[in-house]
Amino acid sequence: MRKHFSNYIENVADKYDDLVFVTGDLGYNALENLRDKLGNRFINAGVAEQNMIGMAAGMAYRGYRVVCYSIAPFVVYRCLEQMRNDVCFHELPVFIAGNGGGYHYGALGSSHHALEDLAVLSGLPNMRCYVPAFLDDMNTCMDEMFERRLPAYLRLGVGKPMPASFTPTAYGARRTVANAQLTVVAQSPIINNVLQALQNDGLDGVTDVFVVNRMPLTDLPADIAHSLSTCKRLLTVEEHVAVGGLGASVAYQAAALGIAVEKYVSVCAHGYPNGLYGNQSYHHEVNGMDIAGLSRTLHTFFENA
Amino acid sequence: MEPESLQGRLRSKILEMNFKAKSGHIGSALSCLDIMLSVLPDRAEGDTFILSKGHATSALYAVLNALGEIPDEVIDSFYKNGSVLTGHPAPLKFPSIPFATGSLGHGFPIGNGIALADKIKGSTAMTCVLMSDGETNEGTTWEAAHFAVANKLDNLLVIIDKNRWQGFGSIGEVLGDTAAPQLWAALGFEVNEVDGHDIAAIRTLKNELRQRKNGIPKVLIANTVKGKGVDFMEDTLDWHYLSMNDGHYEKAVASVQTNYKSSQP
Repeated sequence: MRKHFSNYIENVADKYDDLVFVTGDLGYNALENLRDKLGNRFINAGVAEQNMIGMAAGMAYRGYRVVCYSIAPFVVYRCLEQMRNDVCFHELPVFIAGNGGGYHYGALGSSHHALEDLAVLSGLPNMRCYVPAFLDDMNTCMDEMFERRLPAYLRLGVGKPMPASFTPTAYGARRTVANAQLTVVAQSPIINNVLQALQNDGLDGVTDVFVVNRMPLTDLPADIAHSLSTCKRLLTVEEHVAVGGLGASVAYQAAALGIAVEKYVSVCAHGYPNGLYGNQSYHHEVNGMDIAGLSRTLHTFFENA
Repeated sequence: MEPESLQGRLRSKILEMNFKAKSGHIGSALSCLDIMLSVLPDRAEGDTFILSKGHATSALYAVLNALGEIPDEVIDSFYKNGSVLTGHPAPLKFPSIPFATGSLGHGFPIGNGIALADKIKGSTAMTCVLMSDGETNEGTTWEAAHFAVANKLDNLLVIIDKNRWQGFGSIGEVLGDTAAPQLWAALGFEVNEVDGHDIAAIRTLKNELRQRKNGIPKVLIANTVKGKGVDFMEDTLDWHYLSMNDGHYEKAVASVQTNYKSSQP
């Protein structure tokens, strides 16, 4: 997604002459195209994320749309107060782009993971978090981010093209079937593991799949609510902790709408339950969000069917 | 009205506001009032002033009241329920308060952004950030200082209200003097010191610095007295926090009247 991201920025650089790109000293072998394209609108703020975000707020106050790039954990946690006080309170168009959400940076260790980023940011005033699942919905997210002109967070991961079976929606994408027995709501590129597990287990024909690519989820989309009311069985999958994440939001909204869910399983990040570290796939496995783990969970919905 | 004659009148206003509100941070407001009186009425088109030491906001409100930006009836709502005048400035309420501050260390990075934006746009505007000396403890100060120097922000003026007191001790007792001129000079700033209660001197220096387009950001270390103008509040930590009872208030008003006779009718 990072290459797709920098190409997108390069492509809109002329359209948005008020676009400024700020990096927290990252982007070697990835952002050189932007540096060349943007000239004095490309700023390396150094290894100083708090100043980067406060500075971005100042530039946004002067009318610029400012993209601040770093790896996800560095641009979320270190400068949270600058995001809240300087950017969000003042309704400014500062967009933080964090590469490598979730366990993306794997064996680089926990300092480089972002498992609580959406919980931390999505409660801030005026903030919208974008979590593209596919390369295709990344464009939709970024189009909206630039036009909305309000604080935003873009969580980048490893993206694949959206399967043809999916239909884009206002909240992301969906693939629904006529006689669904299970509602699956997922977020981020982890959806690819879900889709593979469903296919392997021959469950495509009995499952409604929804991909939500923005947070906070303040209203449950009508099609998800309809599916849930019919299936009464829910699986949520997210590469994020349970607190403040997708599953909690969907469950909360469902309860608020009075939808009676008979069985609900949340597959989410549990941090480092065995105290051991590895690559992203290893952490997916430990947290039951690898293909095999998701199959096991899916079977619990259908074992008595 | 000459600015000098305002010094006493606005001190009385600050005392009245804080007495009615039963609020503290009086010493901090009195410490930097004269700096604000030097800068705010003297802004050129596009100039930005950011009060980074947001706890001194009663002084900012009083100055903006004198300039006609905050009406009297709004001033009377200071600290009350349903007010826009909080103990640290609220966001998006007044054009002359572009940023809500209150957590220390935010104004300088913001000032960097405004100054850099102005440079890119070719504007001649000046951005002025008023910090406290205790505030320079914050790590953002040092991030922001390097950024300002690296980006040659000669249109940025940082003013440090150096009253030598911070939250729980003197600057020497806590972390040492992070507002020391040699530190800022070593960072690459152009350093000037001034009597922070001499409005004419501050204004003259500020306007000289504004003309100096040498690619170097400027810091003005304003040596001040915490609680300036109220004898029993001067140079004490207590009046960072305390609020006035009836006796304090009466005594404080009398002290200002004595010290700023020119403000009397």
